[in-house]
Amino acid sequence: MTVGEAIVITSGKGGVGKTTTTANLGTALALLGKRVCLVDTDIGLRNLDVIMGLENRIIYDLVDVVEGRCTVQKALVKDKRFEDRLYLLPAAQTSDKSAVTPEQMKQLIDDLRQDYDYILIDCPAGIEQGYKNAVAGADEAIVVTTPDISAVRDADRIIGLLEKEEHMKRPRLIINRIRSHMLKNHDMLDIDEIVMHLSIDLLGIIVDDEHVIKASNNGEPIVLDPNSKASLAYRNIARRLLGESVPLMSLDDEEQKGFFSKIRKLFSAR
Amino acid sequence: MNRRQCEGIQKKCGEICIEVKVVAGKEKRAYVSMKGTKEGLTLHLDDTCAYDELLKQVDELLVTTTRDEEGPLVAVHVHVGNRYLTREQEERLRDVIRMRKNLIVHSIVSNVMTKQEALEWKKKNEIVSVAKIVRSGQVLHIDGDLLLIGDVNPGGTVIATGNIFVLGALRGIAHAGYDGNRQAIIAASVMKPTQLRISDVMNRAPDYRTDEGNEMECAYIDEHDQIVVDRLQLLMHLRPHLTRLEGSF
Repeated sequence: MTVGEAIVITSGKGGVGKTTTTANLGTALALLGKRVCLVDTDIGLRNLDVIMGLENRIIYDLVDVVEGRCTVQKALVKDKRFEDRLYLLPAAQTSDKSAVTPEQMKQLIDDLRQDYDYILIDCPAGIEQGYKNAVAGADEAIVVTTPDISAVRDADRIIGLLEKEEHMKRPRLIINRIRSHMLKNHDMLDIDEIVMHLSIDLLGIIVDDEHVIKASNNGEPIVLDPNSKASLAYRNIARRLLGESVPLMSLDDEEQKGFFSKIRKLFSAR
Repeated sequence: MNRRQCEGIQKKCGEICIEVKVVAGKEKRAYVSMKGTKEGLTLHLDDTCAYDELLKQVDELLVTTTRDEEGPLVAVHVHVGNRYLTREQEERLRDVIRMRKNLIVHSIVSNVMTKQEALEWKKKNEIVSVAKIVRSGQVLHIDGDLLLIGDVNPGGTVIATGNIFVLGALRGIAHAGYDGNRQAIIAASVMKPTQLRISDVMNRAPDYRTDEGNEMECAYIDEHDQIVVDRLQLLMHLRPHLTRLEGSF
């Protein structure tokens, strides 16, 4: 039996795309043939199930499991699109963050580890109880930020807290919602500048893509759409998580078009 | 040599030291020796005898060598050798000397200190090196000088009782000379702080953003009680005590 890796996806600031990232990375890993379990720890404000389009199948939730009202297996919601490879443990909507303790979370994640290759933990915004719960069981952290000064500042704060967790590997960074035209005009924080400021390894960058919002609203992670830039970015990140070395996407629009048309040609030729 | 003679010589020759050994009582050893110098009287106290005995001899010596009348004040320097004096013992010694009206204790010097004092002294004079990034919300507080091998990010704070040297970029708050040392300085490879504080003086970054310079700079308090930022190389003239190298190269 394999022992899975538990990765917490966190940011400090709200609204930078933690939940979207969790959903898409999980889906991308499942597409690559891994067994994945998504855990939503945003108790009271759950979203992950909505983005995954699994809201209507929830019967039990995380708090039910922790309080012993059902087994983990019973509470897990299976994503039918991926046979037996993608599951979601939804957060409770009626309780709040204090319904769970870090010790209970650690136990829960350790139980899940036996059955999955990757456990992705969606962390709530903030640095309080919810954050502590989410981090307790994780081996590794992915910090999501956007090229805004406030998001970078909060990411810095979170990295400082994560570095204090001795059981965890060094956190890695995803920069979300990059607008290439603003970068070109220097109206936005530079990627190099952000990476230098936070001085952690960059796991990937994701361009701002309207399709992401549309896909999320339809309950279908963008990764399932092969033609979107954001989709490719998430797939690349998933491959990097598996240890492959994939170069960063070019942000130049022109080049992007050339690159994509090449791929399209490749597909149409078949 | 009697008392009068002794004083006479002291007055006459000033700089030349005269040693006066008093053999108190019968066959007792002398535990106290006295020297008169330009700066006043120097008492050398034996460090092997009992303290009570020592005080008694100091008293006897002073009674025989000084007058009680009003006269010019004389500073007394006391060397106690390898004896550790507690505060109480020191006070008793001062009392004995103070009984002579024209004597004032200028200093009491001992060759020894307690381990605790030594540790505090070491801490104050040490350069503490830290290889870390001080991130938003974090505070690094150091006794002595801080050598930070890393950055201070915006929202992070470094505090030291001595100087602060940042090998990386200083983008947060730095407070040097925390317990009142106005001679303390702050130096950074990249000087882009949100705020600088030295002792009780504060300075903040300008409200507009600038891109020029800011490399290899230092901050210090100038003669107008303002914190100024300038080239690192000026420090050798402004704060020569930063050089701890003994001798020259």
